[in-house]
Amino acid sequence: MSAAVPFEKPIVELEQKIEELAGLSDPALAEEIARLRGQLVELRRKIYSRLDPWQITQVARHPRRPYTLDYIEGLMEGWQELHGDRRFADDRSLLAGFAFFKGRPVAVIGHQKGRQTRQKIERNFGMPRPEGYRKALRVMQLAEKFGRPIIAFVDTPGAYPGLDAEERGQAEAIATNLREMARLRVPVVVTVTGEGGSGGALAIAVGNRINMLEFAIYSVISPEGCASILWRDAGKAEEMARALKLTARDLKELDVIDEVIEEPPGGAHSDAQSAISGLGQVLERQLGELATLGPEELVEQRYERFRRMGRFSEVL
Amino acid sequence: MAWFHKAKKPRARSDGRRSHIPEGLWIKCQGCGEVIYRKEVIRRAWICPKCSYHFHLSAAQRLEALLDDGHYDAFDASLASIDPLKFRDKKAYRDRLRDYQSRTGLGDAVICAEARLGGHPIVICAMEYAFMGGSMGSVVGEKITRAAERALAARVPLIVISTSGGARMQEGALSLMQMAKISAALARLHEAGVPFISILADPTTGGVTASYAMLGDVNIAEPGALIGFAGPRVIEQTIHQKLPPGFQRAEFLLEHGMVDMVVDRGTMRKTLIELLELLWFGPRYDEEPVA
Ligand SMILES: [Zn+2]
Repeated sequence: MSAAVPFEKPIVELEQKIEELAGLSDPALAEEIARLRGQLVELRRKIYSRLDPWQITQVARHPRRPYTLDYIEGLMEGWQELHGDRRFADDRSLLAGFAFFKGRPVAVIGHQKGRQTRQKIERNFGMPRPEGYRKALRVMQLAEKFGRPIIAFVDTPGAYPGLDAEERGQAEAIATNLREMARLRVPVVVTVTGEGGSGGALAIAVGNRINMLEFAIYSVISPEGCASILWRDAGKAEEMARALKLTARDLKELDVIDEVIEEPPGGAHSDAQSAISGLGQVLERQLGELATLGPEELVEQRYERFRRMGRFSEVL
Repeated sequence: MAWFHKAKKPRARSDGRRSHIPEGLWIKCQGCGEVIYRKEVIRRAWICPKCSYHFHLSAAQRLEALLDDGHYDAFDASLASIDPLKFRDKKAYRDRLRDYQSRTGLGDAVICAEARLGGHPIVICAMEYAFMGGSMGSVVGEKITRAAERALAARVPLIVISTSGGARMQEGALSLMQMAKISAALARLHEAGVPFISILADPTTGGVTASYAMLGDVNIAEPGALIGFAGPRVIEQTIHQKLPPGFQRAEFLLEHGMVDMVVDRGTMRKTLIELLELLWFGPRYDEEPVA
């Protein structure tokens, strides 16, 4: 196995060494393996405690990072996926449905990426078309109808920039979601788990609470896109990743998000189980907080949350 | 017609206009390439007499042309960006802002105002493409949100004329969030039953299209305007083929049901007044028509 991201090379090498030794099933090696495991934890902690924004971007896109279905499987019971926007098609890059979370029925919305080539294509690399957003809205409005809170997982490079998507109103679909999510009379808790790619992310992210995993990103444009527009040079992506302030900690500081959810040392993919249960605890607490608010208060709180977004001066 | 007033109206800052349309007796049409007598173009509301090309107008020109007596009272004109990310590419964002401010005479890429249209009070916003491609950052987001809140408080119609490349990269996610902020304010206007008319001028793309520009009770496009979410270049790179002619143009959007009408500038004012009467100022079903 090779490293999916360059700075993980020493981690992957150490992992391979441990695996090799463990494969020998020699009791005499037990102590050495334990020592190396300890070293691995330390190495992960060391590397991951000083990632720069470009490295964080790579972690956010890590192919082994938990995806929406992993969170559903790890946190929910009785998942019933609902399909289709009742207008045109079912979009496989955006999941919508209901499940039990800590014994309560909830609606779940989330982008879904694929891991193998075939899945990636089936999931369109996590890039929804208008019908995906319309399905999501349909299910969110069902949640409202039946008083179910909504849990959204955001992980997309962006809305699909294709001819068919434009033809069927990508812009209108996103815009309508923004307006209608603002009106939902049930709690909406949003977590950016991987890539929060522009309008395609925001279209399911108008929440009462907005979380980001520690190594997720959320941005108006990808660093590569930004670099090619402003510099006409994709090689400037690293620099633009820094400039865009797209990390969880930056966005917490800018008051764009409410909570940064810590990942295991080594990133969510290094220990998916604890990453998933860590998020589960936050979601449970937040839904508990929001359960004290009535429908009007929820709408009001969400309005105020977004109303204060932005930084400007009153004088020129 | 109000189109005639604007030539007479003295404006303190005409340099904003110059950036769009060069001064001089003759003017070259960017649509057909013909050289046309400038006064003739002005007389036709900045539409080419040969090919109907709609010249790009400044926000102030649009407002003057559209509104009663060409008059409007701008509000929140002093709102300005504070460069929250300390953003720098080839040039510092802060310096870019200063350049555009002196070039356009505006604080940022939108004018918001109270005005009258056909005698009726309205709140209107006009985006300024000459200010960083009409891009939307915190200031544009805040001003349009305040305009929507003002329209709601006064229960008067809101009109927004969009022309924008989308959300402003230099303010990162803060720009992105303006899409949700404005849309939430429009949700309130929607619930209160106060009309919002969106006019989409050339070009309207990205996060502006994917928020307020598409949320009009009535969406009106100017002829030939490029309107879409993704830009044509990005789409071509994605699908690895050339786009068909007319793709993402106003007429294409009309055909695909995304806008209600395509209206040229010569009839825009009349159309808006009629729509406002039909939707709002005219009598409700339970009121007597005024003779
Ligand atoms: Zn012409």
